[in-house]
Amino acid sequence: MEIRDKVRNFITDNFMMGMNPENLADGDSLLDKGIVDSTGILELIGFLEENFDIQIDDEELIPENLDSVVNLINFVNRKKSG
Amino acid sequence: MRFSKGLIKLDCPNVVNELVRKLKDNVYTKFRRQGVVVGTSGGVDSSVVAALCVKAFGPGKVLGVIMPDRDNSPESTEFAVKLAKTVGYEYVIDDVTEPLKAAGCYKNRNDGFRMVFPEWDEGWEAKIVLPSNILESDRINVYRLAVESPDGQKMEKRLPLKSYLKIVAASNMKQRIRMLTLYHEAEKRNYAVVGTANKNEYEQGFFVKYGDGGVDIKPIVGFYKTQVFQLAQYLDIPEEICARTPSAETYPSDVSQKEFFFGLDFKIMDQLWYAKESGFPIDEVAEVMGLTVEQVERVWRDLDQKKRTTEYLRHPPILFK
Repeated sequence: MEIRDKVRNFITDNFMMGMNPENLADGDSLLDKGIVDSTGILELIGFLEENFDIQIDDEELIPENLDSVVNLINFVNRKKSG
Repeated sequence: MRFSKGLIKLDCPNVVNELVRKLKDNVYTKFRRQGVVVGTSGGVDSSVVAALCVKAFGPGKVLGVIMPDRDNSPESTEFAVKLAKTVGYEYVIDDVTEPLKAAGCYKNRNDGFRMVFPEWDEGWEAKIVLPSNILESDRINVYRLAVESPDGQKMEKRLPLKSYLKIVAASNMKQRIRMLTLYHEAEKRNYAVVGTANKNEYEQGFFVKYGDGGVDIKPIVGFYKTQVFQLAQYLDIPEEICARTPSAETYPSDVSQKEFFFGLDFKIMDQLWYAKESGFPIDEVAEVMGLTVEQVERVWRDLDQKKRTTEYLRHPPILFK
């Protein structure tokens, strides 16, 4: 499965219960839209580390890496290629 | 009108009169209860609430319930006793360590610590902290567990979800046992339970649902922490209580509310929050506060996020009628 599909499925399955997944654009802010909260961020970090076999440093916990589907895809790609 | 730091100042005599009137109205007329109990921790919020209650009901109708557990500093009980003696109301000390032990609070919480640090044992220090100051960093704040062995070795790790939830669920038993104790004391006397949450705690979700959130009245929930200190001064709360760093006293190590939850000194947070709610322009606020517009934006965004993501805590039971 593509990174985008894995990330989107994880977010819609875990954080958008009862919502239409089509309402989430890839560029939407997960924090500003209230989709991911402080507990959700911990869940998201665990998902990324486990599923893409990467280690996320504290300095990388910034909105530019984690706050939208697009940012997440780009971040995972950068981590895997780095 | 331009934004200034003095705007947050309360007209304390009028505010106190109004609070006293509302307390009496609700406890006597609405609830038909003959007095109140207040859980007093030796901190400024509960001290202000206890003093307000004495003004409203007289010292003979107020019971202070001091509920330390083994993680609290003895100083907290000392200050809570001092307040009761100074203001003149009755108090009881009910140590909740044994019921917490029986309920599995410490065991479950410590198992959560050991999921992160297997070597952690009784006698070690531990606390949960948020590493970033919102003003200094755009980093998404994620909880970390900081521990210290008896020989002084310090370690810190980001908390994985499962251990975070396990630790929080176990720790929340503390506030819930205290709620149970308060209602026991209240019902024995036909009294109501008065809560001590301020605006910061209530609106940003720094409380335990049906724990410290489980009370009959929350008289200071409309006031910023800064304003609670103003009320404390007006009500002659002892200086050493006002001088204490606000602390949750939930974990074996002392951890300030700033470190544990808010990520920002309340003196700055309250000014920025007041400015936001009053609709002052961001550039004017930044200038007065000596901050950048980006810093103010970051704090305002964090306030919105915390309020939105903790809505569940404030929601009453949904009644299907």
